[in-house]
Amino acid sequence: MSIVKQAPVLLVIIPLLSAFLVNILGLINRKYCFPVAALAIFGSFAASVITLIRVIENGVIHYRLGGWPPPFGIEYVVDHFNALVLVTVSFVSLMAVLFSKESIKKELPDKIPQFYTLFVLLVTGLLGMTVTGDAFNLYVLLEITALTGYALIAMGDNRALVASFNYVILGTIGASFYLLGVGHLYIMTGSLNMADLLNILPGLYSVNAIFIALLLILVGTWIKMAFFPMHGWLPNAYTYAPSAAGCLVAPLVTKVSVYIMIRIMLSVFSAEYVYEVSGLSDTVVWMAVIAIISGSILALAQTDFKKMLTYLIVAEVGYMVGGAWLASSTGLTGAMLHIVNDALMTLCLFIFAGIVVYKRGGHQLQDLAGLYKKMPVTMTAFTVGALSMIGVPPTAGFFSKWYLILGAIDAGRYHFMVALLVSSLVNAILFFRIIEIAHFEPRMDHHGGETEKNIIDEAPISMLVPLIIVALCLIVIGLYSGDIVTNIIQHSVPTGLL
Amino acid sequence: MQSILADYNYWIYILLMMIGLYAMLAKNNLVKKVIGMSIFQTAIIVFYVSIGAKKHASIPIIAHGHGAVEAAIDVAHYANPLPHVLMLTAIVVSVGTLGVALAICLGIYRRYNTLEEDDIQEQLQ
Repeated sequence: MSIVKQAPVLLVIIPLLSAFLVNILGLINRKYCFPVAALAIFGSFAASVITLIRVIENGVIHYRLGGWPPPFGIEYVVDHFNALVLVTVSFVSLMAVLFSKESIKKELPDKIPQFYTLFVLLVTGLLGMTVTGDAFNLYVLLEITALTGYALIAMGDNRALVASFNYVILGTIGASFYLLGVGHLYIMTGSLNMADLLNILPGLYSVNAIFIALLLILVGTWIKMAFFPMHGWLPNAYTYAPSAAGCLVAPLVTKVSVYIMIRIMLSVFSAEYVYEVSGLSDTVVWMAVIAIISGSILALAQTDFKKMLTYLIVAEVGYMVGGAWLASSTGLTGAMLHIVNDALMTLCLFIFAGIVVYKRGGHQLQDLAGLYKKMPVTMTAFTVGALSMIGVPPTAGFFSKWYLILGAIDAGRYHFMVALLVSSLVNAILFFRIIEIAHFEPRMDHHGGETEKNIIDEAPISMLVPLIIVALCLIVIGLYSGDIVTNIIQHSVPTGLL
Repeated sequence: MQSILADYNYWIYILLMMIGLYAMLAKNNLVKKVIGMSIFQTAIIVFYVSIGAKKHASIPIIAHGHGAVEAAIDVAHYANPLPHVLMLTAIVVSVGTLGVALAICLGIYRRYNTLEEDDIQEQLQ
């Protein structure tokens, strides 16, 4: 069963090599690009599932690249938490690639090989960041993800180039801060292996350079995840990206950055250092409160559906950062579960936005008018996604929010609880406004007359299938979230917290 | 003063970094922003390279004479190669970023016929 043992590395290598293959085959015939890309991502998904099952059965996996023992070689470490994130990332990518087939034919017909090459490379970067146990290797993969992301976003419509340029500048500052933080850690410890750093650091807790390293790494990851007020690049970049690229980038890049923050907090520094010695906990939770409230208010002000979603992402990032810094095990559980749930919810809503763009050619709120009668299946799936975003049981969004609120109460940080409730309320207003527009307003032409008859006119089947699967997943994960927490997440939450 | 002189490499990298950051955030011309980004990344490369250097140290290759017994190796005689090797990767990354940024600048110039940020914002309104 040697192939099973290689799964942690295969899930990165398969998409990496396929990126070259997609590019070469694209020169011969662009019809080959989609199947190769989809197969590669399916391969990663299969490898991730195998890895998750092995982790649940046998515990943490350490994979030594080239057989070099750590701390000299690069090591892949898969524990319960990142196995879960791996499955989420590869699943979301798989759904996004299925959705992209028709969407890309309409939006970028002459850039298909380039699009799929970048798409598969972006997945490689995301999976690599998740699986690696080496702080510098993480930087390289962070930049692979970022560079492919810039290019994918720049392929979008009119304003995308300017949005992508701002993203390049801010993204580079973020990655450079991360690299600088790792440099500080390296000067103090002489190591880059995360497990090794975790062992060396306790003796150095009183040194200022370690605190600066933590701050630099945090600011770097915060810029990458668009944590308010460092979110400036996100709304335009994700709004004007091609629909299919948005479906991959919007759910995953911010979530994987949150994962990195939690990984650095718990596996490089320790829970003891970040929550007690550093004294940052209170400040960061307050910042998260501001992020949640501002993201929600800014979302209310939008008339563009996709832009509204991007501000909701800013608010959701606040949920996860706040949950991770509550210093309570329930809050941390909530943050980890919310990474999975939020990736799926965002994917659901962005696929829906992609379908609207495909059918109506725009993403203003008014473009949604009359959709319930025209596209009943699409709208049902959208409603599930919206309810999950609001946090209505039994959808997945309710359960992670519930853990976050319990965590806030455990930690005695009621302002965070209030922020979560306010944000849920705002989400309810936002989505019921959309449901109202889509349900009751007929679509008007420029003269104020009804232009279209209510004939069912659904999106192509290859767009509907991923949307329906994701919507079902939101309900299924909601129903099984207790099992996910006890069998997977609990093992990665450090003991000794509140 | 003594400590400033002793750690001059850190002061140089901080100075370079601030120049880069200023150019990235304050300049109006997109290519100047890209140059600022490049300076910013170079500052970090300088930082890493300087931490691996030592006075009176040689390259980290251990010479073996034929049949000779290995002499005792004194770490102080060799520079630390790891930060330098890391920076080879970081240089590749920064060249990649520079390429993507310039390609986007080219696209912007073709569409808006200018590289000044305020002109572009005007056209976008």
